[in-house]
Amino acid sequence: MEELQMLDAVERYIRGQMNSQEKEYFEQLRKSNPEVDQLVVAHTMFLNQLNTYGEQKNFKSVLNEVHNELVGSGEIKERAPQAKVVDLFRRNKKVWAVAASIAGITAITIAGMISYYSQKDNTEKLQQLRREFKQEIAKNTNQVRKEVSDQIKTSKAPLNAPVISGGTGFLIDVKGFLVTNAHVVNNANSVIVQNSKGQEFRAKTVYVNSVSDIAILKIADEDFKPFTSLPYGVKKTSADLGEQLFTLGYPGDAIVYNEGYMSAKTGYKGDTMTCQIGVFANPGNSGGPVFNKNGEVIGIINTRQLQAEGVVFALTAKNIFRSLEDAKKDTALGNVKIPTTSSIKNLERTQQIRKIEDCVFMVKSY
Amino acid sequence: MKREQNEHALLDGLAQNDRLAIETLYQQHYRMVQSLIINNQGTIDDARDIFQEAMIVLYEKARSGTFELNCQIKTYVYSVSRRLWLKRLQYMQKYVPEVNGLDDVVPVEEEVEAAEKRNADYQLMEKAMMNLGEPCKSLLEAFYVQKKNMTEIAGNFGYTNADNAKNQKYKCLMRLKKIFFAQYKNESA
Repeated sequence: MEELQMLDAVERYIRGQMNSQEKEYFEQLRKSNPEVDQLVVAHTMFLNQLNTYGEQKNFKSVLNEVHNELVGSGEIKERAPQAKVVDLFRRNKKVWAVAASIAGITAITIAGMISYYSQKDNTEKLQQLRREFKQEIAKNTNQVRKEVSDQIKTSKAPLNAPVISGGTGFLIDVKGFLVTNAHVVNNANSVIVQNSKGQEFRAKTVYVNSVSDIAILKIADEDFKPFTSLPYGVKKTSADLGEQLFTLGYPGDAIVYNEGYMSAKTGYKGDTMTCQIGVFANPGNSGGPVFNKNGEVIGIINTRQLQAEGVVFALTAKNIFRSLEDAKKDTALGNVKIPTTSSIKNLERTQQIRKIEDCVFMVKSY
Repeated sequence: MKREQNEHALLDGLAQNDRLAIETLYQQHYRMVQSLIINNQGTIDDARDIFQEAMIVLYEKARSGTFELNCQIKTYVYSVSRRLWLKRLQYMQKYVPEVNGLDDVVPVEEEVEAAEKRNADYQLMEKAMMNLGEPCKSLLEAFYVQKKNMTEIAGNFGYTNADNAKNQKYKCLMRLKKIFFAQYKNESA
C-alpha cells in the first residue's frame, strides 16, 4: 500500500500536479532519500517511454485508418508489380525485339573478341618450350643427314622433310608409350624419338589433346626393345611447396639435367591444371618429366613466363592419368600400365639419372 | 514560395496530429514509396510499413520544433524510405547492389538511426504490454495512450470510484514496469 502511495506521489510530482507545500516536502524527501530519488528518475524515464509509446500507437492507428480509407476510395492503388511489366512489354514489343537482337549481337561480338585477344595475350606472355628449327638450319642438317644416311643408312628421318619442332618425352609404359606435350607434335607429319645414346625410333601419335596440352606417343619400330620395368613411378598427388625437384630434357642435342623446387601449387594466373616450379628451362624442355627426390614423376614441363626468370609451369602428373583414360575411350591402347612406385628411391642422384635417362627421349616432329 | 508555405502548413498540421494534413501527405507521397519498395524486391505490406515508418520520422521531426526542412517533403520522405528499406534488406540478408530510383536523396542517417532506436523501444513496450495481460493492458492504455481521465475509466471498467480505479492502475503500472525493465536489461545485456 505504501508503495502505491509513493508511486502516486511520484507521478503527481512528475506531472506537476502537486501544490507548492507538498512539492517542497517531496523535494526535501528526494534529497534526503536516494531511493526516492532513484524512483523518481526511473519513473520519469518509464513514463516518457510509455508516453512515446502512446503517441506512436495513436499516430500509427491514424496512419492505418488513412491508408485503408484511401485504398477504399481508390485514391491509392495497391497495385501488383507484374501488371506494369506485361503492359510495357506489349506496348513496346518491336523496340524490345530490336534491343534484344542488338544486345545479342554485341554480346557475341564482345565474347568473340575477348576469346580472340585473350588467347593471343596468353601466348605473348607464356612461351611454349619446344625447340623451333629454322628452315635454313633444318635444310643444312637435313643435307648433312642425307649424306650421312647415304653412307651408314641409320637415320630414320624422312627424306627431305625439315624438322618442325623438338621437345622431350618420357616412357610411361614398358611397351614404349611416351608422354609429351601436344604442342610438340601438333603439326607433325611424322614423329621420331631419339634416346640419350642417339638411337632413333619411329613413333606414332595415339592421342593429342591441345586443351590439356598432353600427347601420347607409341614407339613403333622393330629396333625398340621393350623394357622389363621403368625405374620411376608417376605420382598421383601433388608435390609439396619447397620440395626439391629435378628435370631431364633435350634443349640441345644432348640430355640436360636441371635442379629446382616446387614454387606454387597453381600455374599461370591460378591455373589448377599446372603448377609452378623454379628451374631453368629452355625451348626443347617441353614435355620433359619433372621428378621429386624419390625419382617419382610429378609433372610435365610445358611453358615458362617470358618476363620472369626461372618461372616455369608444369602440368601436374595427375593429368597423365586423366589423358590416358581419355585416350583409352577412343583407341584400343592395350594394357597400358603407368607405374606408380619408384625403384630408385634412396639412390644417389647420379645413379638415379643413369637409370632414368634411358627412358627420356628427344621428340622430333617432321 | 507558395509550395514552401503549403509544406510548412502541412508540417505544422502533422505536428498537431491534424488528420487532414496526414491524409494529404499520405495522398501525395505514398505512391512514390510504394513503387520504390516494389521495384526493389518488396511487397505491398513492406511498402505500407516503410512508408508509415517514414511518416513517423517526419512526425517526430515536425513535433521537435527544431526541424528546418531545406528540401521538399517529397525528397525527404523518399530519402528516409530508401534508407530504411536498404537497412531492412540488409537485415534480411538480401543482397542489393544498388536500390533503383533516380530521385535526389538527402542525408538522413541520423534520423534513420533514431527511428531504429525508437522502433526498438516501441516494440519493447508493446511486448511488455502483451505480457501484462488483461485487464491491466486496457486499463493502462486507456489512461496513458487514450489519455482518458480516471472517472471515465472507472465507469468503463466497472470500478466503484475513481480512487479504486487509480489504485488498480498503479498496481498494473508497477507490474508493467517490472516486466519492461527486465526486458530492457536483457536487451542491453
